[in-house]
Amino acid sequence: MKKAELMDYDKALELFEPVLGFEVHVELNTKTKMFCGCANEFGQGANTNTCPTCLGLPGGLPQVNAKAIESSIRLGLALGCEIAEYSRFARKNYFYPDTAKNFQTSQYDEPIAFNGQLTIELESGRLVTVDIERAHMEDDAGKLTHVGGATGRIQGADYSLVDYNRGGVPLVEIVTQMIEGGEADSPEIGRTYVAAIREIVKALGVSNARMEEGNVRCDANVSLRPRGSGKLGTRTETKNVNSLRSVERAVRYEIQRQAALLAAGGTITQETRHWHEDTGITSAGRPKSDADDYRYFPEPDLVPVAPSRAWVEELRATLPEPPAARRKRLQADWGFANLEFQDVVNSDLLDAVEATVAAGASAQSARKWWTGEVARLANVAGVSADSLVEPAQLAALIELVTAGTLTDRLARQVLEGVIAGEGTPLEVVEIRGLAVVSDDGPLIEAIDLALASQPDVLAKIRDGKVQAAGAVIGAVMKAMRGQADAARVRELVLERAGAAE
Amino acid sequence: MSEITAEQVAHLANLARIDLSPEEITRLTAELGQIVDSVAKVAEVATPEVPATSHPMPLTNVFRADVVVPSLSVEEALSGSTDLDGDKFRVPAILDEE
Repeated sequence: MKKAELMDYDKALELFEPVLGFEVHVELNTKTKMFCGCANEFGQGANTNTCPTCLGLPGGLPQVNAKAIESSIRLGLALGCEIAEYSRFARKNYFYPDTAKNFQTSQYDEPIAFNGQLTIELESGRLVTVDIERAHMEDDAGKLTHVGGATGRIQGADYSLVDYNRGGVPLVEIVTQMIEGGEADSPEIGRTYVAAIREIVKALGVSNARMEEGNVRCDANVSLRPRGSGKLGTRTETKNVNSLRSVERAVRYEIQRQAALLAAGGTITQETRHWHEDTGITSAGRPKSDADDYRYFPEPDLVPVAPSRAWVEELRATLPEPPAARRKRLQADWGFANLEFQDVVNSDLLDAVEATVAAGASAQSARKWWTGEVARLANVAGVSADSLVEPAQLAALIELVTAGTLTDRLARQVLEGVIAGEGTPLEVVEIRGLAVVSDDGPLIEAIDLALASQPDVLAKIRDGKVQAAGAVIGAVMKAMRGQADAARVRELVLERAGAAE
Repeated sequence: MSEITAEQVAHLANLARIDLSPEEITRLTAELGQIVDSVAKVAEVATPEVPATSHPMPLTNVFRADVVVPSLSVEEALSGSTDLDGDKFRVPAILDEE
């Protein structure tokens, strides 16, 4: 693939003002598909979850999934949208092998939610309010695999294979208004906006929100306007931007590519472009169809959706605290420095730390254990940290450390036991016999033995060379197999050395 | 008189994947023109106070509970296709060579 000319980013911004727009598709985590009772799940092999309706066979009739409507309304409300009193489905007609019905069941001029707003905060502290034009419901397409050709890409493939398991899965497409004034922050606005949407759908529990599995997918629209001209440029729509970092990179790339093209006297083609994660470039896809060519018309097999105001208010009452507000509150409550807090957020451990604190642990110790030892073990096991241990168990473990029953080193062994399913932290302590020996009797016995076998050390301690005690403390800790509190051992060593006079 | 042209009919036929002969295009251009004229007549009476009707039945909110029902077996799902590869449908190359 030919690499496009790119203009230096700062130079591009000197000449042009970027104008952005985003379409984010959220795959809902309902049990069944949007219009039929086939399971909304993957991993059982291809074409296992299909029926005449989602395969577009003659006689198949759609039936709307109530839960998908509920999730869409809640998502609309969380984005500050108005919820339509009257909303319809429409057929978007086009032929493509991943769409068995030869149309997508979507919404056209009467979306379920519209006129929303989402304020995001950039790293600099700059607040940007993104206006949401609409959030509409539609069904997903099947999955294509391209066979033959050099790259496994669609270009040059000999043929393609289709799995319709994803065909008909409910989606909500969130469309922003044009975002102007982003300037040099434009790429970061893209990333932060998509991150905010992801956080919201996760907090609502309406989607699994895993970008790497395509639960949240972003199309980024970018156009450039010659600075001060007030005239909008032609936009491109970059598809397949499926990680937060890619959103940022793709927006930046398109700004640089379009700037170079325009500055050289070229024109931008209105088209969809494909983002290539590996090479970090976009390439031309199909020319964008006019909406007219989709020949939208009201879906005759589905009656309108007219959510009562009482239902909408009922759903509004189920909304969780907005994620951005929750983050601010938790950071203040916990007294974390920005870096400490970011560490927790970036590791996706906010819920885990919150639950651990709620179970009685101090915020700092909860953070330390989750982002430290638990994250390390999770990394080794290749699973997410919060799937490894229950917050309540970790809180119980921290409690044992705080009480002096366990040292950090012993606690790590207990944690391994808990993860291995040996029981609660207290049970593991008992089963493995790991508690700190807090009874002075056995300690004194071991200390006296160590002092007697190292008379030169004893003499030094008596001469006031207290640092010499280290050798004895080491011997005692070894004799106790680490199950002693080193500070207490030190106290006792000095005491016994003095008393032995 | 309507403004439907033969080019528009050919474009529509292409979007709908319908193969039309030149004679059919000529005939359909005239017929579609008449349809558009007739709809325009209706539009004259349909003032903004008359909302568009997409469904003749005054029904809304017909929903289904989010409960899984058995799907077709893979064999059944694939049985209508003439071209298969294992458990997947096989379709001709989608794009031409780049």
